[in-house]
Amino acid sequence: MTSSALVQFLISGITLGSIYAMIALGFALIYNATGIVNFAQGEFVTLGALAAISLSAAGWPMPVAVLAAVAAVTVLGAVLEWGAIRPARNASVITLIIITVGASILLRGVAMWLWGPDALPMRPFSGEDPISLGQASILPQHLWIMGIVLATMVTLRVLAEKTQVGKAMRACAVNREAARLVGIPAERMVRLAFALSGMLGGLAGAIIAPLAMGQYDMGIMLGLKGFAAAILGGIGNPFGAVLGGLLLGTLESLGAGLSPPGWSGYKDATAFAIMLVVLMAKPTGLLGRGGRS
Amino acid sequence: MSAPGGKQASRASDQGPPALRPGALPRMRPAWFTLAAMAVAALPLVLRGDYALHLAVAIGINAIVVLGLNLLMGYAGQVSLGQAAFVGIGAYASAILGSKLDLSPWLGLLTGVGLSAVVAAMVGVPMLRLRGHYLAMGTLGFGMIVHIVMVQWEGLTTGTTGISSFAPLSIAGVKLDSEIRMYYLVAATCLVGLAMASNIINSRVGRAMRAVHTSEAAASTSGVDISRYKLQVFVISAGLAGLAGGLYAHHAGYVNPDSFGFGYSIQLLVMVVLGGMASVWGAVFGAGAVSLLAEYLRARQELSPVIFGLVLMAVMVFLPDGLWRGGSDLVARILGRRAQAEGG
Repeated sequence: MTSSALVQFLISGITLGSIYAMIALGFALIYNATGIVNFAQGEFVTLGALAAISLSAAGWPMPVAVLAAVAAVTVLGAVLEWGAIRPARNASVITLIIITVGASILLRGVAMWLWGPDALPMRPFSGEDPISLGQASILPQHLWIMGIVLATMVTLRVLAEKTQVGKAMRACAVNREAARLVGIPAERMVRLAFALSGMLGGLAGAIIAPLAMGQYDMGIMLGLKGFAAAILGGIGNPFGAVLGGLLLGTLESLGAGLSPPGWSGYKDATAFAIMLVVLMAKPTGLLGRGGRS
Repeated sequence: MSAPGGKQASRASDQGPPALRPGALPRMRPAWFTLAAMAVAALPLVLRGDYALHLAVAIGINAIVVLGLNLLMGYAGQVSLGQAAFVGIGAYASAILGSKLDLSPWLGLLTGVGLSAVVAAMVGVPMLRLRGHYLAMGTLGFGMIVHIVMVQWEGLTTGTTGISSFAPLSIAGVKLDSEIRMYYLVAATCLVGLAMASNIINSRVGRAMRAVHTSEAAASTSGVDISRYKLQVFVISAGLAGLAGGLYAHHAGYVNPDSFGFGYSIQLLVMVVLGGMASVWGAVFGAGAVSLLAEYLRARQELSPVIFGLVLMAVMVFLPDGLWRGGSDLVARILGRRAQAEGG
């Protein structure tokens, strides 16, 4: 393998990993607020992608189309919490998880009903001419994805550290009861977590659509990979989510590139196998808190 | 399972699966079992045509898997998102041994059960060290890998083409190739599974499992060998899944990787929770309800996933303990109110 090919695989791996990281962060936010795994996370990605595709195809300027799509999915996240999670808040964790499974089936159905079963293309944000990088080359869309993900992560980090709401959310993640005792409206934080997860998922979908196209069932695999990334990093840890996402994306891309011909079908298996090996060595993920019993 | 205060709910969230309602010790009364057996035996008199019977067989096969998964989730408190893999291993063992080695179908079926159990024992030792959502992800990853191998290892499984050339099961020279014969085989297996599951629940293993579910620390202090019991239940559930897989292969006469993917694992999970965890009847009920709803909606084309998702969400929001317990609570409440009204 030449070094330029290696760089090429790294570029696509990091791009894919940034998308996984966004989805994983969405999982982490909802997990921290509620203790549940949101199986509709992948459908947030799907709807973000399909909405951005339709709006940009309708002639909306690209930034407006992307922002409107992300805003719609953000509202959808809040609506999901209001309509299905809040009414069942006293139910067990597994019941709440099944509710999100129901939501994912419902949203996938809506996506297929509105957009049909075929994959839809989207125009890249700024041209398709690759920028050469030594012997390797990089698409402008790769740069857009890395830049937007980085900017989102930094913004969220600053908001979490500096603002009152961010501190309140982190307090809820550490201990919901204690947070409630000092007057933090924990219920509102749950809705905020769902809205933010919707935002992250929708944005991930809107920025990957020009590379991967948009299809009603694209969220299944992306959601699972995001979940795997969140677990790999240690669920509930935002840094772990980002680390897990980047690691999974890079390993997956390298695995696909390095595997002998005829074995590329095992690419997804490699990603899951690596995750299992890490979990066997460290049962709470790379940056997870110690085992809770 | 419903926690009255938020405190209990938030504590449950640390572990993933919920604690059992105290005092929930469902002992199956022989009378109920006999009644169920009679109803199952008489059912073909009511069900007209092969289509209805075909559906009943499919429900029975799902129920066998769900019985095992319910033991694992409802009693041992361990979530598996990869149960479809064990069904697939059982189905492929029957299909491959039947088509390539021309082995007796019964031997193929038994091999499938054994292979599923052995794989579960091997995977379970490292895997069951994981807790809560980590275990869910671990089993999900395992299921994904098995599914990918089914698709990719074309030399053994013929990939997405699937396998169809294997002989049906037969008893004393009578081939079990009609819906009605398969129905009685699956129904009998299902009833035996039901009796076995309820016996396990009321045995030493079952008590240990419930103790593990309520508090691992307390159970461990009392001398329960937690990892051994978890592994036993995991192996039992995989064995039941493998058995169901073999029956599925012979019922459909065809196996294909599509049937054993992540979607099926999720469907099985939905059956357990929708029916009502920690009740063997609830498990069977859940298998029936989900299979029938999916089949009913299948004909309604485009909107069927939308309706399925909505129904699933609505049931879980309004009956968080599942159809079986939620439904019986509802009936009890209505009867109680009526009795009160008459008394007052």
